Amino acid sequence: MISLSHYLVLGALLFAISVIGIFLNRKNVIILLMAIELMLLAVNTNFIAFSHYLDTIPGYDPLAGQVFVFFILTVAAAESAIGLAILVVLFRNLHTVDVEELDHLKG
Amino acid sequence: MAFQTFLFYQLATILLFAALRVITARNPVHSALFLVLAFVTSAGLWLLLEAEFLAITLVLVYVGAVMVLFLFVVMMLDINLARLRERFWSYLPLGAGVGLIMVAEMALVLWGRYFQLGEMPRPLPLPADYSNTKELGRVLYTDYVYPFELAAVILLVAIVAAIALTLRRRKASKYQDPSQQIRVRREDRIRVVAMKAEARADEMTTDK
Repeated sequence: MISLSHYLVLGALLFAISVIGIFLNRKNVIILLMAIELMLLAVNTNFIAFSHYLDTIPGYDPLAGQVFVFFILTVAAAESAIGLAILVVLFRNLHTVDVEELDHLKG
Repeated sequence: MAFQTFLFYQLATILLFAALRVITARNPVHSALFLVLAFVTSAGLWLLLEAEFLAITLVLVYVGAVMVLFLFVVMMLDINLARLRERFWSYLPLGAGVGLIMVAEMALVLWGRYFQLGEMPRPLPLPADYSNTKELGRVLYTDYVYPFELAAVILLVAIVAAIALTLRRRKASKYQDPSQQIRVRREDRIRVVAMKAEARADEMTTDK
């Protein structure tokens, strides 16, 4: 029988995989952005799991988790669009997506 | 119930495998495609959690728009992969160490007594005509209408920002600039010239 813990541990595993991905891919801006999307996916799964299992507890609006995920999806889409636009303009000027080339502001 | 359990483990395995391949794939296009697989598998998990509207929204919006955008950008950029993969695996001990500590800490709390089925009762079975979309819409347009409007403004800001960042103008095209048009002063357009008066027309003699 699947309880809430199963989904929460799954979310934790996804989040940890995403953090490991940031450690591994520290030079590649595109994979960094994808790891951030994975993090948001883990958090969304958490919210929906809570929304599903909390509907028998009085005083809690069972759909609040789903509304929150709705807004997280909106903001994540907006953030991906702007992040990729920045990436494209960066690539136009530097011809690389290496994070270590982004050091023009160094004193 | 047994089928749901089997389905959960199946989807969870595929999801974790896809997530691992996202961060370790050599080719960024493969990473993006594995991320698409992760999102679609998550949509399946959300269907198990009876969040039908959000599961379909994930496939339509996230996979259909955001991941397609990622794939456009990844395929458009000509990336020198060899340089980016230097010293890739040398960060694995530190990264895996941090990741394992995080998972261990979270699992100690989340696998504890408080979230198991003993403490938290099984969710009620929903009636046959329950519509998740209808309930979500009912709540979204009444209790949460203010954040809904704000989300629309955020999307507008994202559109304007993305276009403003990447717009390139063609220098040779002619166009009107209204701000310059209204900044024009009278002195730029009119010049009063002092001229001697001509003789009146009826004083001019014709050849007699």
